Formats: sequence, C-alpha cells, structure tokens
Amino acid sequence: MTDESSFLLGRLGWDALPFWDMIQNPTRESIINGIIASGAAGMVVLGALAAAALITWYGKWKVLWCDWLTSVDHKKIGIMFIVIALLMLLRAVIEAAFMRAQQAFGLGGGFLSPEHYGQLFTTHGTIMIFFMAMPFLTGLINFVMPLQIGARDLSFPVLNSVSFGLTAAGAALMMISLVLAPFSTGGWTGYPPFTELQANPGPGVDYWIWGVTLSTLSSTFSGINFAVTIYKKRAPGMTLMRMPLFCWTALCTSILMIFGMPPLTVATGLLALDRYLDFHMFTADLGGNMMNYINLFWAFGHPEVYILILPAFGVFSEVFSTFSGKRLYGYTALVIATMAIAVLSFTVWLHHFFTMGQSAHINAVFGIATMLIGIPTGVKIFDWMLTMYRGRVRLTVPMVYAVGFLILFSIGGLSGIILATPSIDYQIHNSLFLVAHFHNMLIPGLLFGMLAGYTYWFSKAFGFQLDARWGYRAAWSWIVGFMLAFFPLYALGLLGMPRRTVAFFDPVYLPWTIAAGLGALIILYAIVCLMAQLWVSIKRRDALATPGGDPWDGRSLEWDTPSPVPEYNFPVLPQVNSHDAFYRQKCDGAPHESPARYEPITIPKNTAMGVIIGVSGTAVGFGLTWHMWWLALAFSAVALVAMIARGFARNTTWTLDAEAIERQQRAWAHQLEQFEPITRQWEQSEANRGVPVPPNEGAIQ
Amino acid sequence: MTTHTAGASTRHPGLNLGEPHEEAHSANEELVFGFWVFMMSDFIIFGLLFATYVTMLGGTAGGPGPSDLLEMKGAFIETMLLLASSFTFGMASLSLKYHQGTAKLIGWLVVTLLLGLGFLAHELKDFHTMISEGGYPSRSGYLSAFFSLVPLHGLHVAGACLWMLAIFGQMAVHRIDTQVKTGLTRLAILWHFLDIVWIVIFSLVYLGGLT
Amino acid sequence: MRAHESNAQDTQTLDQNTDQNTQAQQRGHDDEDLARERQRDFRSYGWGLFLSLVLTLIPFGVAAFVPLPSIAHWIIIGECAVVQIIVHFRFFLHISFSRNTREDLQLILFTVLIITILAGGTLWILFDLYYRMMPGMAP
Repeated sequence: MTDESSFLLGRLGWDALPFWDMIQNPTRESIINGIIASGAAGMVVLGALAAAALITWYGKWKVLWCDWLTSVDHKKIGIMFIVIALLMLLRAVIEAAFMRAQQAFGLGGGFLSPEHYGQLFTTHGTIMIFFMAMPFLTGLINFVMPLQIGARDLSFPVLNSVSFGLTAAGAALMMISLVLAPFSTGGWTGYPPFTELQANPGPGVDYWIWGVTLSTLSSTFSGINFAVTIYKKRAPGMTLMRMPLFCWTALCTSILMIFGMPPLTVATGLLALDRYLDFHMFTADLGGNMMNYINLFWAFGHPEVYILILPAFGVFSEVFSTFSGKRLYGYTALVIATMAIAVLSFTVWLHHFFTMGQSAHINAVFGIATMLIGIPTGVKIFDWMLTMYRGRVRLTVPMVYAVGFLILFSIGGLSGIILATPSIDYQIHNSLFLVAHFHNMLIPGLLFGMLAGYTYWFSKAFGFQLDARWGYRAAWSWIVGFMLAFFPLYALGLLGMPRRTVAFFDPVYLPWTIAAGLGALIILYAIVCLMAQLWVSIKRRDALATPGGDPWDGRSLEWDTPSPVPEYNFPVLPQVNSHDAFYRQKCDGAPHESPARYEPITIPKNTAMGVIIGVSGTAVGFGLTWHMWWLALAFSAVALVAMIARGFARNTTWTLDAEAIERQQRAWAHQLEQFEPITRQWEQSEANRGVPVPPNEGAIQ
Repeated sequence: MTTHTAGASTRHPGLNLGEPHEEAHSANEELVFGFWVFMMSDFIIFGLLFATYVTMLGGTAGGPGPSDLLEMKGAFIETMLLLASSFTFGMASLSLKYHQGTAKLIGWLVVTLLLGLGFLAHELKDFHTMISEGGYPSRSGYLSAFFSLVPLHGLHVAGACLWMLAIFGQMAVHRIDTQVKTGLTRLAILWHFLDIVWIVIFSLVYLGGLT
Repeated sequence: MRAHESNAQDTQTLDQNTDQNTQAQQRGHDDEDLARERQRDFRSYGWGLFLSLVLTLIPFGVAAFVPLPSIAHWIIIGECAVVQIIVHFRFFLHISFSRNTREDLQLILFTVLIITILAGGTLWILFDLYYRMMPGMAP
C-alpha cells in the first residue's frame, strides 16, 4: 500500500470485503462463512439501493427531507426512532436464528467459524440493547409522553432531533460494519484485555466503541430532554401524582439515563484511549487494571437493565387498565415501586461479577440488594393482577402480550433470584442459564412491552389500526417461540454448557439445542407475522381507519386528540382535574370540549441540525475506526461549526394562526358526529372509527 | 410547580436575571434547568474518573508516582486563576443583570476569558514539564489515569472558552438579546461547575498526592 | 437577513422599554427592593471569593508548611474541599434551602447520593480485590 492511499483510506483495504477471505483461501469453512457474510452485506447494500430507488420513483425525497428528517416534531422523531428499532430488530433476530442453528448443528463443529460466530453474538447483543431496545423505548416515550402530560412538544425539540441523529449514526455504523467487516468479537460487554490492542488490533472493537458511544450520547440527551419536559411542561392541573403511569416510568427511565449512561461513556472512552493513544487503563501490563472496566461497565449495565424494563412496565400499566376497563389498581404503590426500583438499581451492579474475586461479604451485600429489587417488582405484578380482577378484561392483541408478560416475566424473575445468590452464581455463571435468564427478562419484559405499545398506539400515529388477526398470530408465536427457544437454555446451563460456545462435544446437549433451534424458527415466524401485519394493515388502511382518535375507550389525554395527531397536539392546553383525565371528561359527558376562542400557536421551525450531527457522527466514527484521520477531523469540525452556527440562529419558530386551528378542529368535531359510536366488543373490528360509546350509556361494567 | 408566571416563582439554578429581563428570565426556566441536569450527568463522569484515579494510584509500574511529578506551585497558581475567573464571571453576570452597560459586561467577560486561557496555558506548561520528566500517559496505569482525568477538565475549560468566543460573536451580530442572555446564564453555570471540579482535582490529585 | 436584524433590534428596544417602564412605574419601594437585591448579589460574590480564598489557602498552607502525619493532612484537605464546594454552590451558584430552588437542591442531593454509591462502591470493591489478589496495586 502506498503512503497516499493509506492517508486517504487509512487501514481500509480489500480484505475488509466479506467475500475476500473466501476468494483468497477457499476452504469449506471460509466459503460457507463468506457466503453468509456476503449475503448479509448484499442485503444491506441492496436494501439501501432499493429504498433510494423507491423514494426516487415515487418522488418522495422532498417529503422525506421536509416532513421527516429535518422535522423537530416529537411525534415524527418518535416514529423514526421506532422505524430504526424495527429494522434493527429484524437484523438481530436473523442473527439470533443463525446462532441457534449453529448450536442445533453444533455437535462437533457446526457450520460457522468461531470468528464469525463471535461477531454474530457481539452484534446481536449490541444491536438488541443499543439499537433495538433503546430506540424503541425512546421512540415510544417521545411519541406518547408529551401527549399524555398535555404538552405541545418536548422541552428541547432541536436537541431531540440531534439525539435521533446520534442514534441513527450509531445504527449506520453497525450496518456499515456488515459491508466493510469485521465487527468486534468481544461480546456486547467488550471486556478487556481481549478488546485491547494486543489481542484485537483490527477495526472490529473500534466499530463497537464508536457505535456504542454514539448511542450513549443520544440516550443521555434524550433522558435530559424527557426529564425536563416532565418537570416543566405538564398541562395546568397535571400534578405529578395525576400523571399516567407510563409518564412516571418515563421519568424514572430518564433519570436512569442521565445518571446511568455516564459510566459507560467513561468505560468506552478509556478503552478508546487505551487503543488509540497507548494508555494503560485496562491492559494486562504496566499497571493497568482490567477489573476497573468491568466495574465501570456494570455501573452502567445495571441501571441500563431498568432503563429498558421500566417503560415496558409503563406500557403494561396503561394496557391492563384500559383493557380491564378499570382504574389502575394501587396507582400510588406503583409510583413508589417505580421510584424504588430506579434508586435500588444503582446499588446492585456487582451481581454481574460475583466471581471476580472480592470478599464474600461484599458479594452478600450486593446479593441481598439484588433480591430487594424483587419486592417492588412483586408489588407491581400484584397490582396488575388486581387491576384485571373483577374488570371486564378484553383479550386484545396488546393484552395478549401483557398477559404473556405477566407469567413469563415472573418465571424469569424467579430465576433471577437464583442467580442473585452468590454461592449458586459460582456454579452457573457464564453458562446458558444466565443467557436464558436475561432473555427471559428482556423478551417478555421489554420486547413484549414495546410490541404491545406499538400495537396500542399505532392508530394514534397513523390514523388506522393494526390488523388484529396477524397481530394475534405474532403475539402467540412470540410467546410460544420464546418458551421453546429459551426454556431449554436453562437446562443446558444447569448441564454446564457455557455461553458463547461455537461448538460442543457432549451429545447430551443436542436435544436441547435442537429444541431451542425450533423455538428460534417460531420466533422468525412471529417476525414474519409482524411484517405481514404491517403490510396488510397498510393495504386495508381505509377500512381500519380510526379518525375519531379513541379506538380503545382510552383513559389518558393522548386519546383526546384526532388520529393522526395534528402538529400542535392540543388546540388549547387541557385543564386536568384528576387521574385518568380523559376518562373523567367522558364520564362527565363532555369529551373534546372546544374552547371559546382559539389562540395562535408557536411551533419550532424545522432544522437540519439532527441530520448534520448524524452524518458527522457516522463519518467521525467510521474515520476513527479505519484510521482515516482526515475524515474524523473534517467532520468533527463540521459538527463543531454547525453547533456554533446554531447559536447564531434567531427566528427559530413560526406561528400557526388561530383560524387554521379552528378550521381543523371544527372539521374533526363534524367528523365525530358522523361516526357510529361502538361498544368495546367491536373495538378490533372494522366498525371501530375511534368513537366509543360514552361510559354513562352503559359501556362501563 | 408548573405555573408559567414570570417572577420570583419561576426561579432556576444560577443567578436569576429577574423581572427586568422577563423574556430571558422565563426562557431560562427550562433551558437552565436542562443544562443543570446535564451538568449533573457530567458530575457522574468526573466522580467515576476520580474513583478510578484513586484505584490506579498503585499502578505506577515502577515509573514515577504522584510525589515525583506533581508540584504544588503550579497547582496553586492554576487554582488562583480559576477562582479569580469564577469571581469575574460573577461580576459579569451582575453587570448583565443590573444593566451596567455593555462595555462593563464585555470587560468582565474578557478578563474571565483571559484568566481561563491563562489557566489553560499554565496547565499545558505543567503537562509539558511532566512529560519531559518521563511522566507520559503510556508509561503506566497511574499516569494513564492522571491523563484521562485532569486534561478532561482542561478540555471542558477550553470548550467553555470557545463557547464564550461564540457568544461574543452573537453579541456582535445580535447585540444583547434574549438568546445571548440565556447563553451567558448557562455558560456561567458551566464556569462555576468547572471550578467545583477543580477543587476536587487540586485537593485529591495534587494535595492528596503530595502529602 | 434584514428581518433578522430588525427583529433583534426590536427585542433590544423592547427590552429597554420594559426596563424604563418598570423603573418608571415601580419607583419607590420596588426601587429600594432592587437596590437591596443588588447589594445582596454583590455581597454574595464577595463572600464567595473570600471564603474560597481562605478554604484554598488553608489546605495548601497545611500541605506545604505544616509537618503533620499524612492522615491529619488528608482530613484537613478533604474537609476544606467539601466546605469549599458548598461555598461555591451557595454563593456562586445561588443554591439554598429556600423554596424557590428546591428542585435544584433535590437534584444536587440525588447526584451526591449516586456519586457516593458509585464511587464509594468502586473503591470498596477494588481495594478489596487488591487486598485479596493484587497487593501490588494497593498504593
């Protein structure tokens, strides 16, 4: 390589292409792995090209730019977050299926190379946590929370767009790493010294560091934005104790994001210093101490678990209450339990490394703290069950996810209590028992919650419901597939099979790995059902339309708006007098009350800041990964100049005049009168236009 | 708690500009609170770096330790520069609040900026001396910890100086309008915050290491 | 660009107008209030500077000139640092126990709690590890 090309391309060469090794040394193993990797890379490239072609064909570039990418509307940013989450979910589930297939055929070898398998479990974990779960919950909070507290937007709409740009940049790096490989093989936790320069000089770990760092920054900013919004922008009368529980969980998650993300920034930052500037923070020699990394990483990692789970708890609280037709049982207890979980989650991080070698009394303290978290969580489980008790429970699609969650999550929690006992943990740590445990928490807990929320609020975002039939298929396949895929892993763990193993030689494992592989197939079918559901629903969007805005006979303020929600959310900020504010209005017989006079509304203007920061973030991360220093420097400068220039911007808002608002609201009110109100029995049918029968006409119990 | 009336009820951390600056004052409520939360997040970063630094004190790997490299005189001068700059920034905030004229405001800010730059120059000189005496970060775990903690504070100060220059630019274009005022309020919080972090640095890293 | 400028000037003149108006209307005891507040603000920074200077000079002086066992040094340095941090919060950042800044105070106290847990836990865990496995790393 000449000097010039190495200045321009850094260490990027032909060997980064996924099929290069296959051509250079064609062995059976390298050909199989090369074909799989090239197929994945091909899908990324073709997918991107096809998307670009379709947008050009339909002439939608301007719409994409003006209505979406540069928009600072919290609802659109929320939707874009969820789009990223769903795309990344698809990729990570496919990777999971490859891993299950490898282990189902893994007796004596399997078909994947250890290197390839290592990349698969690393990207699967990294994507599921940072680019599926985080964007999904951030998107949901973004979309729902301001509507529920009766606000017009988040406190800092432009910062919100920047947060989105940073997450998109991280996700882009993950996708680029499929084409210009390899990715890290260090697992989603990236423990040194394996991830240090001596053991891992390639670009893989650097991809991981910058992808994760971008996502961390994004989450910190989102957390600040959400917390300030909840503190400062609630509608008049919306006291903290009148907020829907989803907003409480959003608040606690944001607090955890604000205080729990910095440890990860420190950990990845120091690892980057080790790799780029030859520091010795975590190296095995010259006074470095890798245990510091493990400590820092889990000081983030444990709050992170609750960042993931709390919003799902919030979604389930809304779902149980709505579909039982009852006020949430034990609201105050649930709020206190949520707060207790948030604070306790900072006191348990050591349970991720009981076996590192510290004294037994330290392990005992953290073990007990861990078990303590079971108490508020148990309170929640009972509150949800008591919400259903004596309610008119309707088993809609979100409710199927919620009921599945209730049972499966409790089982996962019990296996967590087992793992929290240090002496037992010494036996089963780092085995598939652990893998089964955390998937048991995160799939029924987080993912079911997110999918329930996606189904529950979809009509609010797009104005039509998701098709119920495919929804049921997806929900049941998720539940069954999950059980078949992960319960065998408990047994495998107890039989002594370590996690992250590419192959094994004990035939006792085989029946269990095959069963788990079949479970993975059912989960793949669930994913297909989700895609079919979306496709069918878009096709039938006119039949499924719910412009009335209240398809589930909802209780909180977001159902007080038309679907899809206008840019300003509320023509006048609602006055709140009680918990379940919108339901109270309906009981009083006066929902959607129109004001005497409409006022003009100030709305923030679109800005390209999010796009600029996103593109610069991708370029800087890519440049640093491949040592293209000019690229990293140039785009750091672009980001800095953009931020300074933004400080000079004035007139960053525009005003929507009162007549336009009045016209829209009148049109909607007129529409509402046309629709036939439906009873809850028909809420998942085409008869549902988003107008329920008023409660005082017999819709309650 | 959520009433949006201006005045004493909508106060925020840092110096409140008060009713004479009504527009800036109410715009500050969310902006400054948000910035304050961001600062708290930053505190966690520094808190963990401090803890990590202490755990790395023994990792000198036979190289120079704190008492071989750090010197009290430099730390004292830097402390004084930063403390003085905190005070002068306070004076600048007050001349903004009480309308003592643009000249006075800019004067105090320029003094603050010079003190900040003086701090940076002195710190860089100290680092240079350390490195020339064999105290470079790749020498040992201890020195890595030092150079991941103290320069990060310096980087924050440099960022704050850059921000002040940007605000000078905004003043030149837009005069002292609401955004300039809210910007200055937030910058003041950052500046005082950095002084607080420095208190821990000189106490823990310098004085703690030298006794 | 022209719109920008005129707008900026508008806000400027508006600002001055309101200033003049408020001053004109509220002559009398409001003026006194303002003067008192102003005096209080200036005094706050003065006190802050004075106390910080004292609290800086004590630890530096003790460390440089007073021969004491190092434990005593560390206690003095640590206490001065904690008090000086409180002084900065009180006099430079104007955080107090009064109702108006309660939210910020809560936030600071919560941050202190989290830092105590995380930093304290880190030290506890790692020094225990050093004691058991890596005596060379203990300073």
